[in-house]
Order: sequence, then structure tokens, then C-alpha cells
Amino acid sequence: MRFAALLLAGVLSACGLGKAGGPDMSVILAEQPAKTLSDYRLFADASASQPALGVTAYDLVNPLFSDHAAKHRFVFVPGSEKAVYDGEDVFAFPVGTVLVKTFAFAPDMRAPGEGAYKVETRLLIHKQAGWAAYAYVWNAEGTEAEYAPIGARREVSTIDPAGRPLTINYAVPNQNQCKTCHQAGAVIAPIGPKARNLNHHGQLEDWLARGLLDQLPAGAPAAAQVFDVSLPLEARARAWLDINCAHCHKPDGSASNSGLVLSSTETDPVKVGIGKRPVAAGRGAGTLFQVIVPGAPDRSILAYRMASVEPGVAMPELGRSVHDPEGLALIREWIGKMESR
Amino acid sequence: MKLSRAACAIPLALIIVACTPNASSPPAADPGAPAPLSAEGDFGATLQAALISARPGDTIQMPEGTFSLIDSLSLDVEGVTLRGAGEGKTVLDFAQQAGAGEGLLVTSDGVTLTGFTVRDTKGDGIKSKGADRIIYRFVTVEWTGEPEETNGAYGVYPVESKDVLVENVTVRGASDAGIYVGQSSNIIVRNSVVEYNVAGIEIENSSGADVYGNIARNNTGGILVFDLPDLPVSGGNSTRIFSNQILANNTRNFAAAGNIVAGVPSGTGVIIMANRNVHVFDNTFENNRSTGVLITAYSLPFTDAAYNPLPRDIVVRANKYTGGGDDPQGILEPLADAMGGTLPPVVWDGVTSWPGAEPQAVNLTISEAPEVGFLNFGVPSYPLDPAAIAPSTDRPVGTPPAEPAPIVLAHVQE
Repeated sequence: MRFAALLLAGVLSACGLGKAGGPDMSVILAEQPAKTLSDYRLFADASASQPALGVTAYDLVNPLFSDHAAKHRFVFVPGSEKAVYDGEDVFAFPVGTVLVKTFAFAPDMRAPGEGAYKVETRLLIHKQAGWAAYAYVWNAEGTEAEYAPIGARREVSTIDPAGRPLTINYAVPNQNQCKTCHQAGAVIAPIGPKARNLNHHGQLEDWLARGLLDQLPAGAPAAAQVFDVSLPLEARARAWLDINCAHCHKPDGSASNSGLVLSSTETDPVKVGIGKRPVAAGRGAGTLFQVIVPGAPDRSILAYRMASVEPGVAMPELGRSVHDPEGLALIREWIGKMESR
Repeated sequence: MKLSRAACAIPLALIIVACTPNASSPPAADPGAPAPLSAEGDFGATLQAALISARPGDTIQMPEGTFSLIDSLSLDVEGVTLRGAGEGKTVLDFAQQAGAGEGLLVTSDGVTLTGFTVRDTKGDGIKSKGADRIIYRFVTVEWTGEPEETNGAYGVYPVESKDVLVENVTVRGASDAGIYVGQSSNIIVRNSVVEYNVAGIEIENSSGADVYGNIARNNTGGILVFDLPDLPVSGGNSTRIFSNQILANNTRNFAAAGNIVAGVPSGTGVIIMANRNVHVFDNTFENNRSTGVLITAYSLPFTDAAYNPLPRDIVVRANKYTGGGDDPQGILEPLADAMGGTLPPVVWDGVTSWPGAEPQAVNLTISEAPEVGFLNFGVPSYPLDPAAIAPSTDRPVGTPPAEPAPIVLAHVQE
């Protein structure tokens, strides 16, 4: 695969495609990150709204909550290569793949398209040596984004999707913090592009048709849309935890030592937190004794930490400075209706 | 408990000098050391940039000064040495911290941290996870002010790591454990000072640890060796606790209620819980108001089928006890009241089984001077049934297990 990508880079450069018609493979595969986002030629315009040839917009059934930011995702898979389908884990993307996520706010997030401005664009690039994560911070004009290895903070004032005024001390993660969430054992890996997260409104079929995906078996799993109340509460709550928590709370993730596993595929109730005592939570546990006390959200550490914005207590630890009121309400309802054991 | 830091400071310094046998000044920076980072501008950004751009094997030299940091720090490059101008000279002050769970997170192997102070983090002080061959040396982690529930949990926190060295470290004020080594193996914690923490030093779900030459004073509990259920790594075993000074660990328990250490009775010198092959010897215990050594089973319900909640193959020998046991606290208070209100230096809960399990031989050896008192509460199993308790002062007669060989850390030059 590595040779193929190298060859591909050579071919693309040789015939000029890499410079003019689409993403620049030499920049994508370079050992060091490019200084600016535009160097990659992932977009046809300076404001990164028009994807370049071969770059495809996509979305997830449920996004990770990130201080109410709007997210715009794109995927680039080089040449004729394809991602390899996986029913449970992230698809196996070839070397040269770029996953792009732009975080944007608008003055009023009830109308996220009006007056929107970008804060950062994160790239996950499958280099020869494995995946690398880089954050690019946008200038005030929204015309260029610069590589920010140590992250940044931005004051954001907005109105959240439920109409509540909000001032956020938004944190762009530093390069190591990217790894904290994207850790999978000794390497880093994408989180979102799994079958169950992509499988809605014909998106997987579209990926197959575009040649992004090698195959699409019948019966691909689909995560429950977490705020679709017509779906079972259990499935929605587990889907919320899966996308918001399980990137760290998995056996090979950053929170492995907690023994708390929040992937929607985990079946051991104690690992999911039911009746589980805290280990290294410190004051994160507040005055509470168990991660989840069935029927009692007020006595459950999970809900307590989701509701907090205090460093050392708040979960997730990274990626938010305000809490997710709708997510919290969902988890509280789930715990509240859980039968005592 | 009200303790004025100012009032303690001078005698404390004298005690450290007088009683830490192997404490010495950190070695002077070698002539070939790199120039220190600039102290001008946003030092947090400067330092984090250096931690990210470091090459394997680099030394990052921090300047002298107290630096207020908003964001947590992290290091993920192998073999890096992070060096300050000395404890109390290079101070990373996190009182204004706005995010993340700890002050400094290390996730790479072969890292050395030395010569600086981390102060007032919102969560843990310094955490190293999956970071083999880590060295913490001449580092101070502290929460200033009174011991409080709102202090961070752990001061120095290596977890899921092999070959861990913590030496000449000082931790004060942690609301859980000052020095906590969890789910790790091949560990040395030595010549360090832990004070005003809930637990001074805690070795948890780990195997192969030598804890010696430390001063554990004025914590809630001095030195703890625990094994807990429902964790990726359990079956903690083979720890030696020797030649430590375990003094007046009588601070009130200020841990958050749900944490396991919230159950530590104030005034306990050493607690061995649900661990195997633990040897406690040649330590000095003074004025720990509950008791010197408490040997206990894990008392809460659990579902982990592989978990054994009993302490097994425990040796307590040749320790020196002065004072203490005169004012037992926490769970020990009502039990002591039934015995006349005081406790001897060595106490065992007596548990030999748990719900659904047959009684097991726990094999305890209490080999202390004849005048050292011992009490077996005679609790057959948990949950506690007051009617079933049958106390005894007879020392158990075990077959002492072979003492584990001294821990050798190949990455440390002795």
C-alpha cells in the first residue's frame, strides 16, 4: 500500500493533477504538516467551502458535542483507492487519505448558515507511518487557516440552537490533545467514519457509488439518531455515549485505566458503569458512589460529570467548555428509567 | 484540622534535612545542557511548543520563575528529559487552569521529569499513562492552602506503565493519593516526602513494588497497598514496604465520598487491602491515632469473577511502633469502642471469605516484638454482621512467603 501511494504521488505530480486539479499528494504525504490549510489544495476556494476534485462532503448520524460548533466534514481518498468496509470499527482508509473537519460558529446557531465564521479546521492524514492529526486556526477574515501545533483559545459569543445566549472560551486542541481522543493502543486513528455512524440518508451507498468504499454488505449497522424520540431510549442513550465518550472510554483508549467502557457494543453492565465505583475520579466523583445508579440520575457520577464545566470534574475532559444540555437530558432520562438491579 | 502552613514550614524543613537519609540536592545541570526556554511572553505556549517539537532524547530546560498556566501540558515524545531550575525555583502554577484533567500528562516512554514544582492543578498533578521507564526525581506537586476536597486527586500518577521510578519527590495536599502508582509493574518509590494527602503513597492493582526510605506524615493514611475489582489490570502482588517513617498520619479524611480512599480511617499508618505477597518491615510508626498496620479485605460487593478481595501472604515484621492507636477513627471507631476504645499497632479484620466463596487460608505472618499488640476483629466476611464478630488477640501463625527480590530498574543508574 505504501508503494502504491508513493507511486500515486509520483504519477499525480508528474501529470500535474497534484498541483492544479485537486489535493497535493506531496503535501499530504510530507513528513511535516503544511504551514497553511490551503497548501493541501483540499478546497477550490480560500474559505474552504468548495471541496476540490475528489474531496467529498459527509456527515455523521450523531456528531460529538463540541460547544455547539457546526461541523463540516470532508473525506479525500487518493486516486482509485478505496476504504475497506468494517462492520464495527473505523473503515480501513488507504495511505494518503485525509479526513477534514471544520468547526464554525454563527452569531445565532439557530441559523448556523447566517454570518457563519470558521474557527478551526482539523485534518487527520493517513501518512506512510500512520495517522497524524493537525489543527489549523482560521484568521479573522476567514481567508486562511494556519497550522497551530499548540492549539489556541477563542472567545465565541453566540446563541445556542435552543435560543440560549452563550459565551464560550473555545479551545482548539494542541497536537497531543488530538492524540488523546484519537488514541487506539499505540497508534492514533479516526473516530467517526464507522459504518454505524455514516449509515443514514443513503450516504454509504453514495460512498460505494463514488468509489470511496470497497463494498457495502447488506444490513450495515446504523446508530440511533440520538434525538429522534421515535427510537428506543436505550439505543439513543448508548449511541450518545458511543460518539461522545467511547473514543477515550474503550479498552485501548486514553481512559482505559478507568475500566469504564462506553462503546455502544459493550455488553457488560458494570463496564458501562452500572453499579461501578469510581477508581481515579478524585473529586470528579463529587459526593457520589457509582457511575450509574439505575433510576437515580442525581446519584450517578456519569450525569454529574456531564453537567459540570469545571476542569477536573467535567467530562469529556477536552473539546468542550460548556455542557450539552440535550445530551445530558437524554442520559438523565435513560438512567432515570433504568430499572434498579 | 487547622494547620497553618507558615507555622509548619520551618520545622518541616529541618525534619526533611534531619530524617531523609538519602536526600541530596539534585545534581547541578551538566555543562552541555541546552539553554533554558525563554521566560518571556506566554510561557505555557512556549513550553507546550517545546514539548511537541522535542526530538527523542532531547532535554528541555525550564527557566527559574513562577509561571501561571491556563492550559494543561502534555508530552508524547520518547526519551525526553523535562528539567527545571529546581523544586520551588521553577514553578508551574495551575491555579487559573481552564481545561483538561491534569497539569502535565506524559504518554511516551523513557521520560525523566526533574527539578520543578507543579502547583494547584484542578485535577491530577502529573499523570503518566502507558509511559514505561518513567523517572520522577526531585519534583514537587502541591496544593497550597488547607487540605480540601476540591484539591486534585493524585499528585504523581503513573498508571498502566512498566519500570516506574519515583524518588526524592514531595507531594502535599492531594485529595486522593500523593504518589499513586496504578495498574503498573516493576516500581520503586523511595526517599520521597508525602504529607497532608488523604493517602500518602498508594500502590494499586500493581505488581512488583519497592517502597522505601520515604517519609509519610500528616496524611489521612500513610502508605496503602490496594487491589480493586473491575479494572483492566488487577491481581496486585509482591510489594515490599520497608525503612519508611510513617508519622502522625492523622489528617481528617478529605477525599470525595465515592473514592475508595474515602474509607481510609484517619490515623492509619499502612493499609493492605486485597493484595498478595506484601511485606512490611523495618518501618518506624509514630503516633498514628487509629493504628499502625491495618490488614483488610475489600468490603464492598463486586461482580468481577477473577477478583480475590482478601489480603493473602502478608508479612509484618520488625517494625518499630511509638504511640498511636489511642483515638481510632472512621470505620475503626465503633469497632475499637467495643474493645475498650483503643487499638494495638497491628490490626486485621479477620475476613477469610466473601459471598459465594469458600473460606480461604490467607496466610498472615505477624512477626513483631512480643510487646507489639495485635488484634483480629474476627469478621468472617462482608457485609459486616455485628453478631458474627469474634475478636481475638492471637497472632496468626503463617508460613512466610519468600520475600520478593529487590526491584531492579534497568533504565536507572544506581
